[in-house]
Amino acid sequence: MKKLMITALLVTISISSLMGCGKSNTPENGQVIVYNWGEYIDPDVITQFEEETGIKVVYDEFETNEIMYPKIEAGASDYDVICPSDYMIQKMIDNDLLSEINFDNIPNVKNIGDQYFQQSKEFDAENKYSIPYCWGTVGILYNKTMVTEPVDSWSILWDEQYKDNILMQDSVRDAFMVALKLNGYSMNTTNPHELQAAKDALIKQKPLVQAYVVDQVRDKMIGNEAALGVIYSGEAIYTQRENSNLEYVIPKEGTNVWIDSWVIPKDSKNKENAEAFINFMCREDIALKNFEYITYSTPNDAAHDLIEDEDIKNSPIAFPTLSDFEGLETFQYLGEDADEMYNQLWKEVKSE
Amino acid sequence: MNKNKKWMATPYFIWSIAFIIIPLCMVFYYGLTDKTGAFTLENIIAITTEEHWKALWLSLLLSTISTLLCILLAYPLAMILCNASINQDGFLVLIFILPMWMNFLLRTLAWQTLLEKTGVINSILSALHLPSLNIINTPYAIILGMVYNFLPFMVLPIYNSLSKIDRNVVNAARDLGANNVQTFTKVILPLSLPGVISGITMVFVPALTTFVISNLLGGSKILLIGNVIEQEFTQTNNWNLGSGLSIILMIFIIISIVISTITDKDGEGNSL
Amino acid sequence: MIRKSLQTVYVTLIFIFLYAPIVTLIVLSFNSSKTRAKWGGFTLKWYSALFKNDTILQALYTTLIIAMLSAFLATIIGTVAAIAINGMKKRNRALFMGITNIPMVNAEIVTGISLMLLFISLKFQFGFTTVLLAHITFNIPYVILSVLPRMKQLNPNTYEAALDLGATHTYAFFKVVFPDILPGVLSGFLMSITMSLDDFIITHFTKGPGFDTLSTKIYTEVKKGIKPEMYALSSIIFVSVLVLLLLINCAPTDKNKEIVK
Repeated sequence: MKKLMITALLVTISISSLMGCGKSNTPENGQVIVYNWGEYIDPDVITQFEEETGIKVVYDEFETNEIMYPKIEAGASDYDVICPSDYMIQKMIDNDLLSEINFDNIPNVKNIGDQYFQQSKEFDAENKYSIPYCWGTVGILYNKTMVTEPVDSWSILWDEQYKDNILMQDSVRDAFMVALKLNGYSMNTTNPHELQAAKDALIKQKPLVQAYVVDQVRDKMIGNEAALGVIYSGEAIYTQRENSNLEYVIPKEGTNVWIDSWVIPKDSKNKENAEAFINFMCREDIALKNFEYITYSTPNDAAHDLIEDEDIKNSPIAFPTLSDFEGLETFQYLGEDADEMYNQLWKEVKSE
Repeated sequence: MNKNKKWMATPYFIWSIAFIIIPLCMVFYYGLTDKTGAFTLENIIAITTEEHWKALWLSLLLSTISTLLCILLAYPLAMILCNASINQDGFLVLIFILPMWMNFLLRTLAWQTLLEKTGVINSILSALHLPSLNIINTPYAIILGMVYNFLPFMVLPIYNSLSKIDRNVVNAARDLGANNVQTFTKVILPLSLPGVISGITMVFVPALTTFVISNLLGGSKILLIGNVIEQEFTQTNNWNLGSGLSIILMIFIIISIVISTITDKDGEGNSL
Repeated sequence: MIRKSLQTVYVTLIFIFLYAPIVTLIVLSFNSSKTRAKWGGFTLKWYSALFKNDTILQALYTTLIIAMLSAFLATIIGTVAAIAINGMKKRNRALFMGITNIPMVNAEIVTGISLMLLFISLKFQFGFTTVLLAHITFNIPYVILSVLPRMKQLNPNTYEAALDLGATHTYAFFKVVFPDILPGVLSGFLMSITMSLDDFIITHFTKGPGFDTLSTKIYTEVKKGIKPEMYALSSIIFVSVLVLLLLINCAPTDKNKEIVK
């Protein structure tokens, strides 16, 4: 009996001291828990933020919007700042998971170009919940040494001669976007026939696909592992820098124009720190630093002006004139039933 | 004294209720209800839909093949190790189970590095002007990954049961006129069966339920039942369906355990 | 003679199969070229980069802390439980052994999911505590199954004798019983550490924001594209494990047998 008590005591002491440890680590100005895409920030920026504000950053990464969402909905992790994409922001607003941002605490928001807020209205009607962080298109990255014919259409991803040399995106909406656009449908369709056709196309394509990847597409393309890959425009400049044989195109059928924006979830326990973090990210020198590191197009006009390299500043990849392209769309949240249909069809593709 | 001792089980009892029994009950609860919390068998029946059935079938197939390969590779190895004169204090055995202490993900990652299109094996092959090996992102790579990761779990129990066999028994069989084959099939094999059985459970269950190996070596092209369950929880956010499929998975685990206990009726095997 | 050489060939082949990947990782950790297809010359830069990489070091630290703590707590709870189970009548004993076997037999993914569901419904904050609780949970059975055989071998008379000679229960336990079961306790402890260090799946489902063990860290890194620092890390881990095992092996026990449990 005595031993039991001693044991119980020991357990309680050690557990409580551990929990104490966790808390005592928190610096004077508290912390901010950031949930961002993989490789989507310059690590120096985090250090700089911590030094300047005394707020500790707990940084966590997700691979796709779909992986991020359940964690927020479960409410078991108190993230303070998240960086989802357009349609996911809409879903989170619809499901009452976001809190309104107090723009008074984010004076640097003036750096963000107005057109991006206009664009954001598609998913955040009153611009109350989100502040744009990066934007871009989705296109095909190809290796000039392996693909000699001109690449201008999604249909090349169905070309038998590139069997085992094609990398597809491993996320449901992105994969279906490619197939829907190929068939000339809207990527926001909820029409079962159109989706079925897209599914059939994806199944037909599957034997040609080397792998379904997300962030890995970058390293695989740099390492000459594949000839063609579906990729976010932001990776194009980086990959070209590392491997000059790579070329990025926006297919003629049109593609996805996306915006990833900062949002603050309802559960946030450090809302002011979250706003301080977003404000910091909107500062022109910080946005520039991030742009140079991750090479994703920044909506930060002030930072854009600061870019010294004229080639990049006027790069049609990083800063395309959107009116030059046809068939551009932004993802929308299509509701629970449509989500389920997409997931079901995607699973059927994957299990084929 | 005994009375005193019984109370000492309390902490563990409470612990296992809280962290083993209740969580399992929650899996059953989620698996047997729908989103609104109403009772349904839909999530269990979901296994009969084509995509789930295919995933389960593929898992069963790949894990069975891997288990068989593990036995075929491990049994001769264990026998050799058992007789080897250099194998003092089981040192040689240690060498063969040492990779088990390497992080599981690193081991699998290593195979990714070896098998990739421009990976190590293909670089060597192309330097030797040999045709390249393209098994990455195919079921073969997954089988390879399973065999590699779980082989030590098969070697060890077989080795243990073989080393427990009394040499006199073997010698007696020989004295009574049994040839090598007879000695093996009539004496050694039956006596080492418990080890094989316990090896099978230790390989089959993790192979059946893995999602990591198929993810890393299958290029997300191959969906095993483990992947489906994982994705229901982390991506599609349908916990009810994920739990329902988990229940199916548990049924298969129980079946495999029952089969092995029946076969192992002597109860001599390791207490798995 | 032929048989002997056939055996050697077989053993060597399996040896190569088991060690080729590990050797590859070690070689690549010294490769200065970033792509693994080319040998770009010998370098130690990935090792220095590794030691400058705070997130990897933090993950290493977390992994060790979780392993030590969970093994320690599991050893206490498990040893106490084993002593109690040993004194039980058949029915209770079967019940307890049944419960003990659940986490060992069940698929890790199901254990992970079930704990995740529990922690979510209890509104636990995901992170250190949840992972620790999960690790203790799957470690306890290894301790129990290591200690129980020792308890069975124990001669109850010595304990009684100590009591007769005036020792208190606690004193008698620590002086008489404990030394006898110590090897079992230790091997349970070591098993727990091993299992905890190697665990990925259960941690994957119970971890929280910014909290990573080596396994989960490697998983995210692999998904982003493998960095050569990872090769350096795996080489270090492998060499340390090798050295550690050689040291342990110098003091031979029946550890090998215990490990299979």
